[in-house]
Amino acid sequence: MSESESVITQEMRDAIGVESNPVVYNIEKGAIIRFAQAIGDNNAIFNREDEARKTRYNGLVAPPTFLRSIAHVETPEPKISVSSPYPANVDGGSEWEYFEPIHAGDTITATTYLSDVNERKGGRFGNMLIMVRETKYVNQFGNVAALQRTTGISYQPPE
Amino acid sequence: MEQIYFDDVEEGSEVPTLRKDPTPQQLVKYAGASGDFYQIHYDVNFAKNNGLPDIILHGALKNAFLGQLMTDYVGHEGTLKKLSCQYRAMDIPGTPVFAKGTVVKKYVENSENVVECEIWLENEAGEKTTPGYAVVSLPNKS
Repeated sequence: MSESESVITQEMRDAIGVESNPVVYNIEKGAIIRFAQAIGDNNAIFNREDEARKTRYNGLVAPPTFLRSIAHVETPEPKISVSSPYPANVDGGSEWEYFEPIHAGDTITATTYLSDVNERKGGRFGNMLIMVRETKYVNQFGNVAALQRTTGISYQPPE
Repeated sequence: MEQIYFDDVEEGSEVPTLRKDPTPQQLVKYAGASGDFYQIHYDVNFAKNNGLPDIILHGALKNAFLGQLMTDYVGHEGTLKKLSCQYRAMDIPGTPVFAKGTVVKKYVENSENVVECEIWLENEAGEKTTPGYAVVSLPNKS
């Protein structure tokens, strides 16, 4: 492949902004606690129901990046599926906006969509394709609880 | 948990450093809890075949460390509004990482006490592997 050839396809451009079908998640207390333990965060509001009840949260809530883990159980399937020609992947970065706490027992509906595609030749890992995906998490009251933007970098490993 | 107040904070104030000591075991625990089973985080041969020096921390785990930095900072009365980070360099388990931050702006907006912080993860050599940004709101003292 020549250095100047773009790997960004029309299909990728067409997929930008097209929301997936919604996926519904039940936020389980055990999953929150397991996540908090895995990241090594001992904060009472993420680990101990009795103590969390005495705070303004009035019960267990999820750590800031917990929502990322529920999307692994069943991922919202993009309406238009795009894939990179490069075989290896790294996580390029993440951005969260929070509007409401996520409580144990909440029902969260997620949709996802491609929000941006870029490429870089001869970057840190060689030729790279950079895709930004946005996921919107809506709670059972119909309020957007959080927005997540994730940058995925795929690359061609050096020979 | 000790509570910090808007009145306590000035531009240039430091966010108390959070030290984390990630191990291969923690990476496996995180893989299990998050469902991210990409092998570069626990299989050394797989990582090396993908041009990496060793297994590396999940970006999302580093994101979680920065989340903890900020939820520890704001206490139970403060609120995390925005959290972002970029993965500029890899971090390897078995060596400590330090989550740090500095207040860059404070202001009142729509009667909310907003504080903006530059945040980052630093390795033992003092390199910022994971720079980021956080926006929080803090309560008044009275």
